[in-house]
Amino acid sequence: MADVTTTMQRPSPAHASGPKPRRAFSRRNIMIYSILFVLAVYYLLPFYVMLMTSLKGLTEIRTGNIFAPPVEITFEPWAKAWSTVCTGLNCDGLSRGFWNSVKITVPSVFFSITVASVNGYALSMWRFKGANVFFTILIIGAFIPYQVMIYPIVVLLREMGLYGNLGGLVLVHTIFGMPILTLLFRNYFSSVPEELFKAARVDGARFWTIYFKIMLPMALPIFVVAVILQTTAIWNDFLFGVIYTRPENYPMTVQLNNIVNSVTGVKEYNVNMAATLLSGVVPLTIYFLSGKLFVRGIAAGAVKG
Amino acid sequence: MSQSGKPTGLFKNLSAKIAAIPMVLTALVIFVGCSVWTIVFSFTNSRLLPSANWVGLDQYERLWSTRRWMISIENLAIYGILMLILALVVGFLLAALIDQKIRFEDGFRTIFLYPYALSFIVTGLVWQWLLNPEFGVQNAVRNLGFETFSFDPLYNPDTVLYGVLIAGLWHTSGLVMCLMLAGLRGIDEDVWKATKIDGIPAWKTYIVVVIPMMRPVFITTLVLVTSGIIKLYDLVIAQTGGGPGLASEVPAKFVFDMMFVSQNLAQGFAASTMMLVAVIFVIIPWAYLEFGGKKHG
Amino acid sequence: MNKLHSMSFGALMAATALPALAADLEVTHWWTAGAEAAGIRVIADAFQKSGNTWVDGAIAGAGGAARPLITSRITGGDPMGATQFTHSAAMRELIEAGFMRDVTEIAEAQGWKEQIFPQSLLESCTFEGKLYCVPSNIHSQQWLWLNNAAFEENGLTVPQYWDEFVAAGPVLREKGIIPLAQGQQAWQIQLMFNVLMVSIGGPDLFDKVYGDLDAEYAAGAEVAKVFKAAAEARDLMTGSNVQAWNEAAHLVIDGRAGGQIMGDWVQGEFMQAGLKAGADFSCLPGLGVHEYITAAGDAFYFPKVEDAEITAAQDALASAIVAPITQVDFTAAKGALPVRRDVELSNPTPCMEKGMEILKAGQVVESVNTMVSPDTVGRVTDLVVEFFADPGFVPETAQKEFAEIIATAD
Repeated sequence: MADVTTTMQRPSPAHASGPKPRRAFSRRNIMIYSILFVLAVYYLLPFYVMLMTSLKGLTEIRTGNIFAPPVEITFEPWAKAWSTVCTGLNCDGLSRGFWNSVKITVPSVFFSITVASVNGYALSMWRFKGANVFFTILIIGAFIPYQVMIYPIVVLLREMGLYGNLGGLVLVHTIFGMPILTLLFRNYFSSVPEELFKAARVDGARFWTIYFKIMLPMALPIFVVAVILQTTAIWNDFLFGVIYTRPENYPMTVQLNNIVNSVTGVKEYNVNMAATLLSGVVPLTIYFLSGKLFVRGIAAGAVKG
Repeated sequence: MSQSGKPTGLFKNLSAKIAAIPMVLTALVIFVGCSVWTIVFSFTNSRLLPSANWVGLDQYERLWSTRRWMISIENLAIYGILMLILALVVGFLLAALIDQKIRFEDGFRTIFLYPYALSFIVTGLVWQWLLNPEFGVQNAVRNLGFETFSFDPLYNPDTVLYGVLIAGLWHTSGLVMCLMLAGLRGIDEDVWKATKIDGIPAWKTYIVVVIPMMRPVFITTLVLVTSGIIKLYDLVIAQTGGGPGLASEVPAKFVFDMMFVSQNLAQGFAASTMMLVAVIFVIIPWAYLEFGGKKHG
Repeated sequence: MNKLHSMSFGALMAATALPALAADLEVTHWWTAGAEAAGIRVIADAFQKSGNTWVDGAIAGAGGAARPLITSRITGGDPMGATQFTHSAAMRELIEAGFMRDVTEIAEAQGWKEQIFPQSLLESCTFEGKLYCVPSNIHSQQWLWLNNAAFEENGLTVPQYWDEFVAAGPVLREKGIIPLAQGQQAWQIQLMFNVLMVSIGGPDLFDKVYGDLDAEYAAGAEVAKVFKAAAEARDLMTGSNVQAWNEAAHLVIDGRAGGQIMGDWVQGEFMQAGLKAGADFSCLPGLGVHEYITAAGDAFYFPKVEDAEITAAQDALASAIVAPITQVDFTAAKGALPVRRDVELSNPTPCMEKGMEILKAGQVVESVNTMVSPDTVGRVTDLVVEFFADPGFVPETAQKEFAEIIATAD
């Protein structure tokens, strides 16, 4: 693997403290910004349509153009999606599953990333015999459609006494997040300068000391990527949430599915879109916050490195 | 690989071994265990429940004479190749553009990344809407005066895969950008300075110097994108339901439908065994290249 | 406990259970919206009068999520208290494996045999002389729904049978109306095909094909007529680019399409849109040819559990579902037909009355889902989905492949 060294020694590029952007109107810049702008339209279009639709009344949706902004803005669909729309017998909207989703996502993200970062660290710095075999199996595991494993995992969780409760679900998310996350951390840690590691070993530092004192602080950017991956996967997970828990713990996606995928009755597109956006608020917020951290993480690394 | 861990003795690495226990268990119990289980029962005639009635290769014979399976494989190949190339190209391009010390970096990065926050189900629904000829893009362009404009990829068997691709790319490329950006930012500023002094143009620097240096990032991305492609299911369900006809069927959907709709576990297992075999054929050589030739394993 | 348990049967008839036996009963179902949710509320309310608590496990999407969930929970040893399921052969294996509880005792105590009609509702979930399901309602599939105005405004009379409808196709087409609106989802295509099988081919043909699995017959001249009708339907459907059945129904409601082949549940959509049966829309049972309908629908199943309180709650739910008063309110809310002989529909539409008459006349056929395995249904589905999507797929080839499936069907 190519040696990507000295990750941390570059001054933060686009952060406020970084070098100033070049002069605004060079030909090169015009080209860059116009490409970015065109691409941004492609990426934003669906969001725009969802947002506009969620603010329209049903009659306006049926008669109007999906790209047109609402004539009469209404927040009714948002209120309905959050607190009154029926998902089966329960008519309290998405609010019902929100805290469940939080209760599932927070420990699952925490445990899966903890386990995987230690894995990645062990695999890149302290490689032991056979490690690569297990790692290869893990990577192959990333490709298995998880539907195939539903049954055996049910049996496994039952035997461990974890079936049907949150602990079981957290375990399942930790397991299925492991391949990609381990790969991510392993590759990141193997690009950490060797001298750092050697110096620490000479100083007598042990496995955990090096992990906590040296590796962890350096790895902020990759932790951010991992958090993005896992939060999204777990927050949006539907199948595991339904199969490995009970109704009292059903995540928000179950309600979202019931709202969006119900086939009878008039489709309330505005409520569907509002529900969709609402269920995306948490990952979106995390992206927004962590995006800043992402850059800062590199800056912090520069100081410490 | 710039590695350092010295494989001397059983105890020197004890902490690392203890730390790797979750990984070892997952690999053996879940991935190997479940795969073996799946393979074993693909030689039975299990329907809704696993049963030990051995039928030899019957399930495989049936599988390979099923037209839907053949269509599914072909679709996955087309979608997979295009998706892989486009996701890497678009993702890298976006990262390279954003890395040009532009203004509003946070804003652009969020715009490109936010689709990843939405589930495939939602992605599929939104794009189904946008690509619907009656009220989506086609209708909007026609309202602008282009009466003959036609854009309805989802309702034509020849183009439906590209319609799915548009949505898949929209969803995934932002994440690829994010990974690439992490990789680009990991490259020493000095590399750029050096190539500048040598008078090497920027595009050439990217191809000859930067991309090879980003190999680990590319591998991560490759695994991430490819595994997503192989598991492609929700997006198709939400966007096309496999149609029109069987034109957008994919293997994961075949497996799932076999197991839970047709209640023919063994047939589903045979299909997923074939998928597993295909994956192993790709990964084992890679793993061999990656680890096999190295001394310090 | 046992004494209390058996005592509760009598008490349950009056829908009052002993408070000592009150339990939380988790009920899984996929009735999540509109009329379906209103229907499940009727059942839940009736059940809760027994003092037990209904824990709602609503999961939209039968195939994608509910089925894996139901089978995993049951086989995984953590079953729900009760689950809705389609009345079909799909449940058989779980019953055979001993995961499900039989409700024979309640059925006998309450005389279901005398009241449940048609009897096939019970027969199809009887295994080794024991009854394993509680039928909740009947849905018939063999209907052609027509927008009257779409025909009348274009100088046509509203068709009375299939051939008239086919003949009207070109005229509608000329006026820019899609003659036949059908959702593209696989199950709808399969439903339409099997409706053609019953309605065009007749009940005997249907029984020979799916009941006797007579492959030679399936390849013969009689069944060829069905495939010819299917090819006609395929032409009429061109341009119906919608996925969900209710979107297709709205094409008909808005007058952008002439008709739709769909089950009786579609009626709710027409009525919600303010259309009146008879005046604004017509319904042709058996496509106006063979007026036979499937008497299958939904049913509830009860996994075996150890907990006596839950068992008692299951009994309470079983009684609540078939109780006459629930049947009237529930079927009215859901837009389905009741499973009892002795209840009168409140405020039936002309279409529901027709359906009821056909039922009472015994013109019923079994559902394809109870006649063959889900696997066979799946294979037929794959074939007809391909056939309906590809105008180049000739009916003769499709029939040949169909006969091959029947030859190896189970």
